[in-house]
Amino acid sequence: MPDILSAPLVVEFPFTRSLGPVQSAFLTGLRERTVLGVRTGDGKVLVPPVEYDPVTAEEIQDLVEVAATGTVTTWAWNPHPRRDQPLDTPFAWVLVRLDGADTALLHVLDAPGPDAVHTGMRVRVRWAGTRTGAITDIACFEPYEGEPGGSAPHDGEFADPVTGIVTPARLDYTYSPGRAQSAYLEALAGRRVVGERCPSCLKVYVPPRGACPTCGVATDERVEVGPRGTVTTFCVVNIKAKNLDIEVPYVYAHIALDGADLALHARIGGIPYDQVRMGLRVEPVWSEGNRHPDHYRPTGEPDADYDAYKELV
Amino acid sequence: MPKEPVAVVGIGQTKHVAARHDVSLAGLVREAAVAALQDAGLTWADIDAVVIGKAPDFFEGVMMPELYLADALGAVGKPMLRVHTAGSVGGSTALVAANLVAARVHRTVLTLAFEKQSESNAMWGLSLPIPFQQPLLAGAGGFFAPHVRAYMRRTGAPDTVGSLVAYKDRRNALKNPYAHIHDADITLEKVQAAPMLWDPIRYSETCPSSDGACAMILTDRAGAARSPHPPAWVHGGAMRSEPTLFAGKDFVSPQAGKDCAADVYRQAGISDPRREIDAVEMYVPFSWYEPMWLENLGFAGEGEGWKLTEAGATELDGDLPVNPSGGVLSTNPIGASGMIRFAEAALQVRGRAGEHQVDGARRALGHAYGGGAQFFSMWLVGAEPPTG
Repeated sequence: MPDILSAPLVVEFPFTRSLGPVQSAFLTGLRERTVLGVRTGDGKVLVPPVEYDPVTAEEIQDLVEVAATGTVTTWAWNPHPRRDQPLDTPFAWVLVRLDGADTALLHVLDAPGPDAVHTGMRVRVRWAGTRTGAITDIACFEPYEGEPGGSAPHDGEFADPVTGIVTPARLDYTYSPGRAQSAYLEALAGRRVVGERCPSCLKVYVPPRGACPTCGVATDERVEVGPRGTVTTFCVVNIKAKNLDIEVPYVYAHIALDGADLALHARIGGIPYDQVRMGLRVEPVWSEGNRHPDHYRPTGEPDADYDAYKELV
Repeated sequence: MPKEPVAVVGIGQTKHVAARHDVSLAGLVREAAVAALQDAGLTWADIDAVVIGKAPDFFEGVMMPELYLADALGAVGKPMLRVHTAGSVGGSTALVAANLVAARVHRTVLTLAFEKQSESNAMWGLSLPIPFQQPLLAGAGGFFAPHVRAYMRRTGAPDTVGSLVAYKDRRNALKNPYAHIHDADITLEKVQAAPMLWDPIRYSETCPSSDGACAMILTDRAGAARSPHPPAWVHGGAMRSEPTLFAGKDFVSPQAGKDCAADVYRQAGISDPRREIDAVEMYVPFSWYEPMWLENLGFAGEGEGWKLTEAGATELDGDLPVNPSGGVLSTNPIGASGMIRFAEAALQVRGRAGEHQVDGARRALGHAYGGGAQFFSMWLVGAEPPTG
């Protein structure tokens, strides 16, 4: 039994968001040290604001400036801040109802410890030194003993409004390909291609998945296939893909290895791209340091007859 | 107890474009939903449930759209749910909504699908760097182009057929104010002169990347009776799935697609789809999928689909108009593309398709597929209520 492989998988992308009128005013306001809410049909002021009335579903754009001071409505202590959280010292997650608002805003409170935090405590915004039009323009909240602030209508107009933001997302996974794929990869390290045969339909899967997708039964009979195979179909790629160091044009082909019951996908080399054809017989070309074949090249055998591989196209 | 007949009484779309920087996602879906309510002559209070669909999560990084969009779609106090079947999602979302009405769970349902491709990168979403695996070498077109070549080999279709489809769909798009691509100077020569991206697929034969949303209001007989405009009636609807890859999979004409179409025709009492169906909105992201799906959906015998295209049968004035709206080739907010097919089929039988109306359309098919030809969803709509 080979070791089951495992490796980190990081999925990361800087998604963009167009803000629309209400979120644009809210985030631009933060940049200008102004906290805006929106008034609903029944007169409540929501902070942060939303574009549509949660009760009536009507469009709402009646903006209200609320105070930068408020009251903690509930909280939870976070003893171990993580990467990208607002503070790098232990802090409290807090819901703060700002003076003049009817709903509470989620943010963090800078406090020396949980004993210094209580529901009902008074707090105020600590503005970030550099503000860009983002929720992080509020660096955090801090305890405050002064007078409550008020609220006033606001037209939401600012010079140079923020209309879009970038919201980077990152997910950290530990990826394990499982038993069948691990065995396949171990065989590849010895430059052998090993699939698995379904005990029910007898089809040979390369790469193996540990189960037959048609019959729904486990596969464990290992079958060496190839190394030679037949090009069943292909396309000529004329546009350079990001992160791929391959000169265009090149041929991306489906290859049925001898003994396999479905085709795998690989690049064809060692032949001009415009001479590649369905039925071409090919073999893998390995390169140092690569787990998978670098590409496949012609073997020089006569082309396979269409009838011999048409069920695999 | 028989099923409740389901009527489409409201349809709304945004004007599909490359990027809608002026609205949030909530603002985008709202536009389509409000347009559908206006078409139906209804208000938010008339909606009993909301069913939404969108592209796979990584495509735009919104993992819980049903949470984020509840306000914009007036879902307070109502059931709201999300459907998820890759590129076919717009179709399957509409079918889930239709089934809620047919089963008399709800009387009037808002269904909506959307995507803002400009806020992300679908190609990135499709090619996550999975450890130990070889990276996808060719992009989305590279995934489908070998299957197009297989179709050409299998049928002997001349290599000109793909460009005929693109030329037709782009001309049809000029008659559809909501279509993304409006190329008034389109010519067949221009289509054929475009570079081959993934030979045999030209740039001009691929779908664009769009921002857009589509919404429909589905209701029961009583709701249809109050509709200010003629409804479209659902005569059949079905979904089928199969694994993405398996030994024996026919990528050119997947069994799941054949089975799905056969189920819809059986429900609708259709025995000769070519003769009995007046218009088709099928999911054609690359031009060659028109002749391929013509065969898969039973409009032509095996190996004969390209002949319908070549003979002009699928033109707007042909005997089987395909994608009078301009189709996915002219408009592709991926998460919404399937629902746009369903909605455009309904517009045809309601007689409300405007300049791209097929004269006298009484029965139309809406079709969607996705996930590497893994998921299929279709419905057949008619101008008359279903009988029996």
